[in-house]
Formats: sequence, C-alpha cells, structure tokens
Amino acid sequence: MFEYALKGKPRYWIWLGFLATLILIAFYFWNLEHHIGAGRLLGLHRDLTWGLHIGQLAFFVGAAAGAVMIVLPYYFHNYKEFAKITVLAEFFAVGMVLIAMLSVFVVMGQPPRVFYVLLYPTPNSIIFYDLIVLSGYLILNLICGWTVLHAEYKGVKYPAWLKPIIYLAILWGPSIHIVTAFLLQGLPGRDYWLTAIMAPRFLATAFSAGPALLIVLALLAKKLTGFDVGQKAIDTIAKIITYAFIINLLFFGFEVFTAFYSGIEHHKAPIIYLFFGYEGHTEYVGLMWFSMILALIAVVLLVIPSLRRNETTLVLACLAIIASIWIEKGFALMIGGFTPNPFHTVTPYIPTFPEFMIAVGTWAVGFTIVTILWKIAISVYQSKEKGVFIRS
Amino acid sequence: MAISRRDFLKVIGITGVTSAVATIGGVLIGRGEDILKEIKPASKVRWAMAIDTRQFKTDEDFQKVIEACHKAHNVPNIPDPIRQVKWIWVDTFEKAFPTIEHEYISEEIKKRKVLLLCNHCDNPPCVRVCPVKATFRRPDGVVVQDMHRCIGCKFCMAACPYGSRNYNFYPPREFLSQVNPEYPTRTTGVVEKCILCYERLDEGKQPYCVEASEGKMFFGNLNDPDSPVRKAILENIVIVRKPELTTKPMVFYII
Amino acid sequence: MYNSDKVIVGIIIFILFFTLPFWLNFGRAKALPRPELPSDTKECVESREYMRAYHMKMLLDWRDKKVREGQVYYINSQGKFFKMSLQNTCMKCHKSMEKFCDRCHSTISAHPDCWRCHIAPEEVKKWQ
Repeated sequence: MFEYALKGKPRYWIWLGFLATLILIAFYFWNLEHHIGAGRLLGLHRDLTWGLHIGQLAFFVGAAAGAVMIVLPYYFHNYKEFAKITVLAEFFAVGMVLIAMLSVFVVMGQPPRVFYVLLYPTPNSIIFYDLIVLSGYLILNLICGWTVLHAEYKGVKYPAWLKPIIYLAILWGPSIHIVTAFLLQGLPGRDYWLTAIMAPRFLATAFSAGPALLIVLALLAKKLTGFDVGQKAIDTIAKIITYAFIINLLFFGFEVFTAFYSGIEHHKAPIIYLFFGYEGHTEYVGLMWFSMILALIAVVLLVIPSLRRNETTLVLACLAIIASIWIEKGFALMIGGFTPNPFHTVTPYIPTFPEFMIAVGTWAVGFTIVTILWKIAISVYQSKEKGVFIRS
Repeated sequence: MAISRRDFLKVIGITGVTSAVATIGGVLIGRGEDILKEIKPASKVRWAMAIDTRQFKTDEDFQKVIEACHKAHNVPNIPDPIRQVKWIWVDTFEKAFPTIEHEYISEEIKKRKVLLLCNHCDNPPCVRVCPVKATFRRPDGVVVQDMHRCIGCKFCMAACPYGSRNYNFYPPREFLSQVNPEYPTRTTGVVEKCILCYERLDEGKQPYCVEASEGKMFFGNLNDPDSPVRKAILENIVIVRKPELTTKPMVFYII
Repeated sequence: MYNSDKVIVGIIIFILFFTLPFWLNFGRAKALPRPELPSDTKECVESREYMRAYHMKMLLDWRDKKVREGQVYYINSQGKFFKMSLQNTCMKCHKSMEKFCDRCHSTISAHPDCWRCHIAPEEVKKWQ
C-alpha cells in the first residue's frame, strides 16, 4: 500500500519539495536560535515567554481533535455517509497532532533534555500528561487509519481487535485539547486564562476549526484527484461546524460578560488590550476586530442553508473560521494571557520572521504527512471500482 | 462442561495481562505517592525574609544589595530592557503591589521603591507545573532551580504570578564582564531565579543580599521566635505581594 | 539482478561512506595524551583507579546530593571530608579543564557539557 506514496504526478513531487524547503528553512532558524540565543531571533521576552509556537499548539490540538467529530458518528452511531472520509479524517488528525507536538518541541530551550519529561515523570505537571495524550493520539489514529485502510485495500472487513482501539481513540480525542487547555487554566497569575470555560472553548473551537480545515482539504482533494467524499458527508460536517462555532462565539460572550460585569480591572484588562488598546498600546486592535468580522461572515455563510450547501460559499466560510480561530487561539490567546504582565504594564510582543518561519516549518511537516497518507488512502479508494463501504 | 483450549488460553492471557498491569500500576501509583510527598514535605526550619522598605533611601542602598547577589552568582548584565536577567531588582510600589495600590494613598508611598525577588512561596505554582522537577521546594521552604535539569520549557515563567523568573534569551557569558570563579554561570535556554543562597544557608551563613543590606533586610527561621524575621513581622505591619492568590509568599514587606 | 548498475554503484557508495572514519583519520593516530596532573597534591578525593572508572558517576551523584538534597560534604573511603563542588574542590587542584579533563575526553570524543556553565580557574584568567 505504501507504494502509492512513491508514485505521483510531477505536481505531487513539486509540492513535497516545496514543503521540504520550508522544513529546511525552519530547521536552520531553530538551530541558529540555540547558538546565538532566542533573544536575537525571536520576539519572545521576559514578560511573554509563550508566543506564536504555543499558540500553534493550542490551534492544532484543536484541529487534530476535530477528527473526532467525523470518527465518532461513523463508529459509534453507524453513520454510513462518513464512510469515505473517516480514514482521511484519522490521517488528518495524525498530521495535525504532529504539528502540535513539534510546536512544543521547538519552544524548548534545551532540546537534548526533552526526554527528562519521561525520565523524571512528574504527575503534578500538565506537560507530562500533554506528552502522553498527544503521543497516544498520534499512535492510535495511525493504527486505526492504517489498519482500516489496509483492510479496505485487501477487500475485507477490518479485524475485530481494532474495535476497542477505535473506541479508545475516540475517547482519547477530546483529552488532547482538554489537557492542553489545562496547561493554561490552572495558572493563578494569568487572568485571561484562569477560567473554567477554557477547556469548553478549546472543545468548541476544535470542533469548528478542525472539521473546517478537513472540509477545505477534502474539497481540494476532490479538485486535484476527483475523489469525492460525498455531498451528504460535507453537508453534515458543515452543520456540525455551524453549531460548534456558534457555541464558541457564545462562550466568548460569556467570558466578556464575566470580565466586564464583574468590573474587576485586571480581569477586563487583557480583553481591553486586545480589542481597544491598553495604556496606549494598540498593537492588536486591528487584528482582533478582523477576526471578529471573519467570525460574523462565517456565521452568516453557515447559518443560511443555501449558502452552506453551495461549495464556494462553504469553502469561504470554512476559510473564514480557520483564519478567525487561528488569530484568536493561535495568537491572541497567548498574548492575552501574558498581557498585562504581573506588574500591570504592557510589553508588546511582535513575532519575528524567523519565529514565523519555524512555525511554518512545523506546518510543513504536518502537511507532508497528510499529503503522503492522503495520497495512499485516495489511491486505495480510487483503485477499487466501488470502494464505498468499510464494513464494520 | 469442557472448556476449549482456545478459550482457556484467552482466560489465562487476560488474567495475566491484567495482573501485570495492576502490579506495575500499583508500583507506579506507589511511586506517584512518593513524588507527591516530595512536594509537601514537613520540616522544622522555615526560611523567610522581611524587607524594611522604609530604610532603603538612596539608589546606592539598592545597588549594593543587587550587586552583591548578581556579582556572586554571575548574573549577566543584559542590555536589552525587555529580556533582562535579574534575580533581585527594584521597582515602584505601584508595580510591586498593583492590586493594593490606590489613588489616594500618599505620594511618598506610591513612589517608594521596593526590592523584588522570588518570594519562595509556600504554595508555589511554579513548582506545580515544572515537568521535570527542575524547580522544586526544599523541606525548609527554599524554591530551588536546578539548572542541570531545566529543559527550558518556560512553563514556570508562565505560572509565576510575580514575574520573578528569568529565561536566558542570550548566551549569558557574552554579557559577563567579570566572573566569580567560585560559582558557575548558566547557558542559553534555561530558566534562573533567586535561589535564596541555599548553599550559604546550608553552611549557616546568610544570603548575600541580606548581608549587603546592612540591617535593612531581616532573614531567619520563621519557626524560631528569636529569629530576626519573626521579630520583624511581629513588631511591624507587613504585606506580601498578591495575597489573594494564596501562594503564601515568604518575603514580607514592612511598609 | 534488476537495476544491477544502480544497485552495485549504491553498494560501493555505501561501503565508502561506512569506512569514512578510517579514510579521514588515516595516519593520524597518536599516542594517548596524558592529562596534566596537579603538582602540589598527590591525593584526590578517591584513589586513581576509582576516579578513572567512576569520576563521572561521582560528579553526577555530587550534583544531585548538593543541589537537590541540600547536602554539603562528601566523606571519602578514608573518612576525609570534602565539600561537593566541581569548581571549588576538583578544580582547586586540577585547575584547568583544557589540560586535564579535555586531554582524555577529546581523544575518545566524549563531550560532557559541564563547561558550558561551570568555570575552571585557568579559564577565569582568560576572561579577566
């Protein structure tokens, strides 16, 4: 089955070559950081130590867990319409969680010592659990997706021992972003993060941004290879995204209410800084309102059924959701947590070009995996005349 | 009724795996309890510090204390103002106590400068989050930073509500004009902070800052009613930074 | 054999790559360098044989005992007390990492990263 990844049209190799270049550039910058010091290369500083990269962790664990929204209906409730997209969703999750893990890895100041997290296990530290759940999710999805695909390739139903592993993978899915949310919501000094609704917000953004990215990639695959996952599947996923995104906006509204109705200055301060500027610092005002406008556009495009069913407007809505949530979760979440600092002043954070390229490199690794795995999966499905049902 | 060989083997296999997992799990849980015990140990000595902010009048008073610490511990002098490494430093009352400061307190107090350092909390969030126990709390209350084990994840810096921790954004040796040959430097990529001179405490001496303050800072064992810090707390009104977070800081400020 | 030209060329390249260390270091083998021993003291913390075999293990043990357990002194096999410190005990006699530690370490390509942070007295002189 792996031979499908080794044969491809020139555009396949050009795409992989492009991704490899991005990875090499990222690796160069990451390596340089450890020789000349992070202060000379990145935008991080004493008052904001987790920036763009941990933001990517927050975003991509959400994207990875979004696959649960496809896998759960198919395996728990026999929703046959998802037959062709389930394996693709699991492979998508593998790539996304890999990006998340790499995003954490590039943040480490002493990379050779990363294995100390396993050598000196610390059950009171959330990073310990994050490592376990992210690695577990990666392995589980890889096993599930590959075994089911291989069974399809051979024309048989998948082996019975896979069923408990599939159930475990579905239950494991929400844990990855709950644990990532716990990284933030248990810190007493950070008012923007110290809220119980952080984990539900992660869940809501996961179940909107993840499937949205999946829809965009699936429709892109349809354009490039002619493989159609099915109109009904796309429709259902679009409905899931709609509800999840509206719930996410509601949760944000709840946060704003608690902060402003309570009137506590330092509770309001991060939101004021992000949306209106604080003490003269207005760096992110434009970006945040742009994110809000994108969110509103997405809601309008998704709530109106005719627009949701139209592929063009659906793709626009999905891109708007992805961009809006990326700004809010991949970026603003970190800044809001650290600003204002413990002394109630603002030290702005602007990610630098090398910092951004390192993030792009981690994306390139994830998308390389997704490209290769999807190439294999789509080739298997297309090479079978009627490879529609995965018998369960 | 006879049981088939296959079913018998299945039963044996499942029993065997379950008992193995239960034993290993039991050992790990046991080990986990040991690990949890390390976080909340009991001890007779409880180090604490009281800083008399009224007695620090000139810049020189502060500089003597800061230099004593930074020179002894080879703390680099980073010119970049937003990426400094400072184990002990000076800031105004407003910045140090942002939740207590008020529009109508006296100007003199508002502009009074105070020394800031790691508070060596009794309930430290930084210790809770460190994934490798590079920062840990000793039984006598010192929150230590083990630079050998730090992986540079900066989780502790996110967790500290007081901004007391520093990351080495630059290779520190480039910014050291002179070194104390009896103490190591650090390298880029690890977190450092005030360690309450635990090496000196273990030999019965006082921290460098307390010595250099010439009586403006009190130090000692909180459990000993005759210690300078205990007396200072009993005889004066003291405040701590951000008490609402119940991190139970052990650095008291005499206002 | 299919693709025999590619396979044979590949095998030759692999063998050349695998034996690269021998090619690159041809004629460069020298006598084992001896570390420069301190002139004033004859006794180390433990015996020479013990230190040869276990110095790294002992240093790691000292590190954990001093930093993580708060102990100050090490009692050697003769009952003598030593303060556990790389810079202040070991380096007080051995003085230079280049002339002592690195002599053996460089030859066998061992790169302990102690000196990224710890400072040896000889190196301090270069600094100031």
